[in-house]
Amino acid sequence: MLTKRIIACLDVRGGRVVKGVQFVDIVDAGDPAELAHRHAAEGADEVVLLDITATHEGRGTLLETVRRAAAKLFVPFTVGGGVRTAEDAAAVFDAGADKVSINSAAIARPRLIGEIGASFGAQAVIVAIDARRGAKAPKDAEVYVSGGRKPTGLRVVEWAREAESRGAGEILLTSMDTDGMRDGFDCELTAAVSEAVQIPVIASGGAGSAAHFAEVFNRGKADAALAASIFHFGVTSSRDLKAQLAQAGVSVRLPC
Amino acid sequence: MIAVIDYKAGNLTSVVKALHYLDARDVVVTQSPDVVRGADKVVLPGVGHFQATQLLASLGLTEAVRESITNGAWFLGICVGLQWLFEGSTEAPGTPGLGAFAGMCEHFPAKEIEQIDGKKIAVELKSPHVGWNSLEQIRPDSRLLRGVSSGSFVYFTHSWRAPVVSATAAVTNYGGAFTSAVERENVMGVQFHPEKSADVGLRVFRNFVEL
Repeated sequence: MLTKRIIACLDVRGGRVVKGVQFVDIVDAGDPAELAHRHAAEGADEVVLLDITATHEGRGTLLETVRRAAAKLFVPFTVGGGVRTAEDAAAVFDAGADKVSINSAAIARPRLIGEIGASFGAQAVIVAIDARRGAKAPKDAEVYVSGGRKPTGLRVVEWAREAESRGAGEILLTSMDTDGMRDGFDCELTAAVSEAVQIPVIASGGAGSAAHFAEVFNRGKADAALAASIFHFGVTSSRDLKAQLAQAGVSVRLPC
Repeated sequence: MIAVIDYKAGNLTSVVKALHYLDARDVVVTQSPDVVRGADKVVLPGVGHFQATQLLASLGLTEAVRESITNGAWFLGICVGLQWLFEGSTEAPGTPGLGAFAGMCEHFPAKEIEQIDGKKIAVELKSPHVGWNSLEQIRPDSRLLRGVSSGSFVYFTHSWRAPVVSATAAVTNYGGAFTSAVERENVMGVQFHPEKSADVGLRVFRNFVEL
């Protein structure tokens, strides 16, 4: 049976893992390569490294970080942040990533999705969507860019469909309303997107307990869920989380 | 020498990295039919479209692989590399596979039948099949899957799948059973990605390297 995936996410700035609340209030949480390996060993199904500064000067540092993290990592490894062109993507793949996550650049130039897919396959392209809806209905949720600062006027469900039709392999959906609050995922929004597309949807933003994951897999119809702060500060490990999910009846890959 | 065939379909970095991690000696990434003929092991990775395997024929690699297999070289196809061992795929009907195993690769069905409260109900099946799924009915005589037990999880990402045949060494269930590993003498293939399947995947690679 296909299992639900737990994806460990490392937000990286200047070669260090950091974590914020609602995209601000950054605190240091460790070395990316070390944390990537630890997560994989503890049973994370994938590792995502998001470069949240993604400045031009930072690219060299990022590629070196990716190379270091990838060297002994034998689970799927995604890198996002600052991938603007097919060449940027190629450099990240060359450093050892299996997938890239693209966000603002895909909205600025949707053809980028197909361009990366043409060389590396659709499975290598994740379109990340930062969504905000406040009190509005899931279908009216809006896409934000630039680290969540700029509204685009695009509706999340429609953009997810377009990304799929342009060849995205997966959707990484982050709710900015719930991100970092440790109060649960936006299950309604996740379900709306998951029902609108055929490709897998990775839910992100709001994980605070194992019950939140169970909810987003069941009610939110997510194929995978992303977690960052829940792990860094010893709240739980993938191993604990998965054991709790298995008890709750969620199909997961239990680590050896 | 292990020849890893580069046919411009996706990313070879992870496969080569895993082979190096296991201390495999003399790993060569190549497009040359002569290098393939001279190798005692050949790996055909691949993610992407079945159409990309057309390049194997035009570079003379199909014939080189056929010869090296006949001469006893060990062959491992990964993902599209497994599918290529069959007669072909509906993904690219004009592009024949090697035909080492009978049957065509087909797209996952749009729906699957589930038993819910004793009733059979057709539910939508998402495609591609992405994520960790289990290997089942592992053939006890499989050399590639030696030490891997049924129920072990490995990582998949694909929309087309190979049929179950007499050489099937393991099946995986998603919209019905498909071949997740195939093996007949020196010809082997896996639909999953051993380079991305943590300890179980490394075990499979180690088995191949140690043949």
